[in-house]
Amino acid sequence: MSIDIETAAKVAKLARIKVEDEALPALAQEFNDILGFIEQLNEVDVDGVEPMVSVTPMRLKRRVDGVTDGDQQEKVLKNAPDAREGFFAVPKVVE
Amino acid sequence: MADLNNMKIAEARDALRKGDVTSLELTESCLTAIEGAGALNAFVHNTPDMARDQAKAADARIKAGDAPDMCGIPLGIKDLFCTKGVESQAASNILKGFKPEYESTITSKLFEAGSVMLGKLNMDEFAMGSSNETSAYGNAVNPWRRGNDDAQLTPGGSSGGSASAVAADLCLAATGTDTGGSIRQPAAFTGITGIKPTYGRCSRWGVVAFASSLDQAGPMTKDVRDAAIMLEAMCGHDPMDSTSADLAVPNFEAMLTGDIKGKTIGIPKEYHMDGIPDEIEKLWADGRQMLQDAGAKIVDISLPHTKYALPAYYVIAPAEASSNLARYDGVRYGHRATLEAGDGITEMYEKTRAEGFGHEVQRRVMIGTYVLSAGFYDAYYNRARKVRTLIKKDFEDVFAQGVDAILTPATPSSAFGLGEMKDADPVQMYLNDVFTVTVNLAGLPGIAVPAGLDKQGLPLGLQLIGRPWEEGDLLNTAYALEQSLGFVAKPSKWW
Repeated sequence: MSIDIETAAKVAKLARIKVEDEALPALAQEFNDILGFIEQLNEVDVDGVEPMVSVTPMRLKRRVDGVTDGDQQEKVLKNAPDAREGFFAVPKVVE
Repeated sequence: MADLNNMKIAEARDALRKGDVTSLELTESCLTAIEGAGALNAFVHNTPDMARDQAKAADARIKAGDAPDMCGIPLGIKDLFCTKGVESQAASNILKGFKPEYESTITSKLFEAGSVMLGKLNMDEFAMGSSNETSAYGNAVNPWRRGNDDAQLTPGGSSGGSASAVAADLCLAATGTDTGGSIRQPAAFTGITGIKPTYGRCSRWGVVAFASSLDQAGPMTKDVRDAAIMLEAMCGHDPMDSTSADLAVPNFEAMLTGDIKGKTIGIPKEYHMDGIPDEIEKLWADGRQMLQDAGAKIVDISLPHTKYALPAYYVIAPAEASSNLARYDGVRYGHRATLEAGDGITEMYEKTRAEGFGHEVQRRVMIGTYVLSAGFYDAYYNRARKVRTLIKKDFEDVFAQGVDAILTPATPSSAFGLGEMKDADPVQMYLNDVFTVTVNLAGLPGIAVPAGLDKQGLPLGLQLIGRPWEEGDLLNTAYALEQSLGFVAKPSKWW
């Protein structure tokens, strides 16, 4: 499978990373190098093999669905690049 | 007292209890060493005031009696750990200025045990790298050099700052994290000891996530005994991490008898790889002989899917990273790009992430996005997870045959020069983890111990891989190997 410039641009868009047009050919080449390496996996017979979900067989713990935390608005907002009036502020998303 | 920073944890613990030294004296000695080691770029955020306060509290506690082993021990903390009120930016510009309002479980446990934090340590950005060259802080530098050649060498990665700091005696020990070899490879490159415990032993809560099914924290120390002491303080069940194992933590140090008679050590034939220097093969053979001389039974084993571990890793780790790093959106914390008139929220995300993430992180996030995207999920991601099942089964099969531990080289080379891999394609850099990455995929404990020097005068390490949850037994085998190897070399101070 070969990644062309258009696919590289699409992946960048999906990942929400701005890539300038002139950087796309080199990026596509890097993807192809890495995917070429990954394609060795096609040599392995995986018929009937379960994909791994958890490396250690364990049942996830259950807990009561109760409120254990809260009232930390100031702490939650403390590291925000733009916080106003108790909210995270972002550019306008609706007209 | 001079050179207290050269002490090991066990020595310092005993000296503190005898009253021969105070934690404050140890801490001051480390702070002085750190001040003089700017050239190593190992410590990137220093916390001397906090360290002195913690040291004074530790001294009071030791005086009162009943202090834990780690009480008063000055440590370096990898920048991947969230530390309350102290910069924690995973060596990324996207988290520039981030000061968590909470403390990671691992650092909480260490602080509750009375340990002292000297500062935060350099690393590859988001732990993605094998040379510490992807760091937003610039390269960390290995204290070791090739004889009289003053070329700067990598301390390895991603825990490069941790390795450099411990090898140069800037702290008594450091925390590291290991997703594909990030504790063991830098330990091997700098002549120190590093253990990655079984997946689930150490809580991941408050450790900036890279690939959650692979990430584990562990200690980086000056010897195996110190690794046992510090690991015990880091382990334990944590309700804040759903994959944290609810198992008792043994006294690992008490298990260091050095007696490995009757143990079975496997030597996997697939780890004899093309292009591995003869010196490493020789060292590996020496290690085999030493374990045999110590009374272990040596068996040749096969781990047939070894060759597919790295390609599987480079699907699974980027896939998980692309998901984990989606949180860096310029909204809740960290960097936000300056926007132009008319830019909407999508432009904010795209510009923020382009400015905040370095090149390697961007590349891995995008590879992860690709392998998880519609139409490729089965071909790449699901296939890699199936191969991961087979890799784990390889290990289960040899353990079922009675193998207690597996001996391998730690790395395919000694430390290389900073910048030397600049023009290589990314896959060349990934090969650094060829011996270590299988262990993460199988969730097993693995330890790197320094084994010897190559002809350039650089340290080389051997790796032991253990059964799940049997870190104590693994540490004891490593201890026996360490005794036989007798590695005592230290880098000559040039910095």
